[in-house]
Amino acid sequence: MSDILLDVKDFGVMLDDSPVLSGLNFSVTEGEFLTVLGPNGSGKTVLLRSLLGLIPHTGEMNWHKKPRIGYLPQGLNQVSVRDMPLTVKDIFGLKKLKPDEAMTFLKLVGLESGITNKRAGYLSGGEFQRMLVAWVLASHPNILFLDEPTTAIDVAGGETVYSLLKEIWQRQGLTIFNVTHDLNIVYAHSTHVLCLSRLGHRCYGVPKEILTPDLLRDVYGAEVKLYTH
Amino acid sequence: MTYQLALSLISGIFIAGSAAYLGTLMLSRKMAVIAGPLGHLALPGAALAIVYGFSISLGAFPFVVFGIIVIWLLEIRTKLAMEALTAIVFATGVATAFLFLPIDKAEAALVGDVSKVGIYETLASMVLGTLVVVVINRSYSKIMLINIHEDVARTEGVNVKLYNLIYLSAIAITVALGVDLVGGLMTAALVAIPAAAARNVSRTLGQFGVTAGLFGAISAVVGILVSTVTGLPAGPLVILTSAIIFLATVPVARV
Repeated sequence: MSDILLDVKDFGVMLDDSPVLSGLNFSVTEGEFLTVLGPNGSGKTVLLRSLLGLIPHTGEMNWHKKPRIGYLPQGLNQVSVRDMPLTVKDIFGLKKLKPDEAMTFLKLVGLESGITNKRAGYLSGGEFQRMLVAWVLASHPNILFLDEPTTAIDVAGGETVYSLLKEIWQRQGLTIFNVTHDLNIVYAHSTHVLCLSRLGHRCYGVPKEILTPDLLRDVYGAEVKLYTH
Repeated sequence: MTYQLALSLISGIFIAGSAAYLGTLMLSRKMAVIAGPLGHLALPGAALAIVYGFSISLGAFPFVVFGIIVIWLLEIRTKLAMEALTAIVFATGVATAFLFLPIDKAEAALVGDVSKVGIYETLASMVLGTLVVVVINRSYSKIMLINIHEDVARTEGVNVKLYNLIYLSAIAITVALGVDLVGGLMTAALVAIPAAAARNVSRTLGQFGVTAGLFGAISAVVGILVSTVTGLPAGPLVILTSAIIFLATVPVARV
């Protein structure tokens, strides 16, 4: 049985003096692919950022193993680098990686060697997102925090990125915290799901065991059609 | 070439070159515009220097440092955008300057006077200009990472507060030196224009920094030489030269 990696007890976050999250309790075991699910405004990103120590929280958060974190935030997209003369090689250089080291990670996500000299802002959406996954892996993390990693790309591109992440997750024994509002991702890739809602409805467990139509209606505040495979 | 012209050229190359290199980072943070307000903030110091007869940069420096520290602390405290904070602080600087800046002597403070720099000011420009380039070069990847995404930089273990302070200190030095070359009104141009021109023609980060520094230095040399021939003030000519370089890069801009 895997070891407990993170314990969260009575966890809460206040922003502008109002509670965004409160009374959260869950444990994450090593090797979990945990998806944080919920509608917009339910506090998914806030939870991720507070677990990363980027914003203060109340309650307890105990890491049982020193985390080496790779973080792929929602706001990191092509728009943020398009204005700058940054090649793929330059982007890896920001983490002090030499081109051949960068190539090891780029190959891992299925990108060819010619890509290192291309301007990052002008890659296709899918290529850019895969490059980011490689860039995050280059920090040698044991835990990945992914915040809507496929929002900027089309459905097929998004599926490629998730399949890739799943393959790397299995091969490298990573633990993944993934934020999405896409139910399909939960069923297709996650071992566990943590749901948040604006009204405070919560759930935590194995997706196929706990995600019932009633629970999803509570979480999303509306009827949600389920297409299980 | 006269001794005075040599001093002016050396000062100009170091000041404009280092300002332009720093400008590549400021451009990536969409902050190039804050050098302007900071130049204005230097005006009370420049006014004091003119009234009491000492180096304009020396007078400007403590005021810029004070302004930078105030902006840095206010940013941590209020989380307002740095541009907004700079605008607040700069208006205070201009208002203070015009309380006691003798208008008949204001030209040097407003548009700079590199044609009269002495040996000590030239040496200071060389040492401080080099310091800015070395420190920024060593911090470049960390500051660029912060510019791209601050949260990612934090999770990568970058001390964001420390690097913001290093960055702002480099801006303070650059602005104080820039006041001597182009005056308090136009320091933003020294930082922004060569960097913008370099962005137009660069494909990589390495090319970006080198080209910006080169464009800055060329603007200073051409501006100062034209000033010697025509008798017009050097500061505005330096800025106009960089503007012409920028315009020349527009047709080949990589967009």
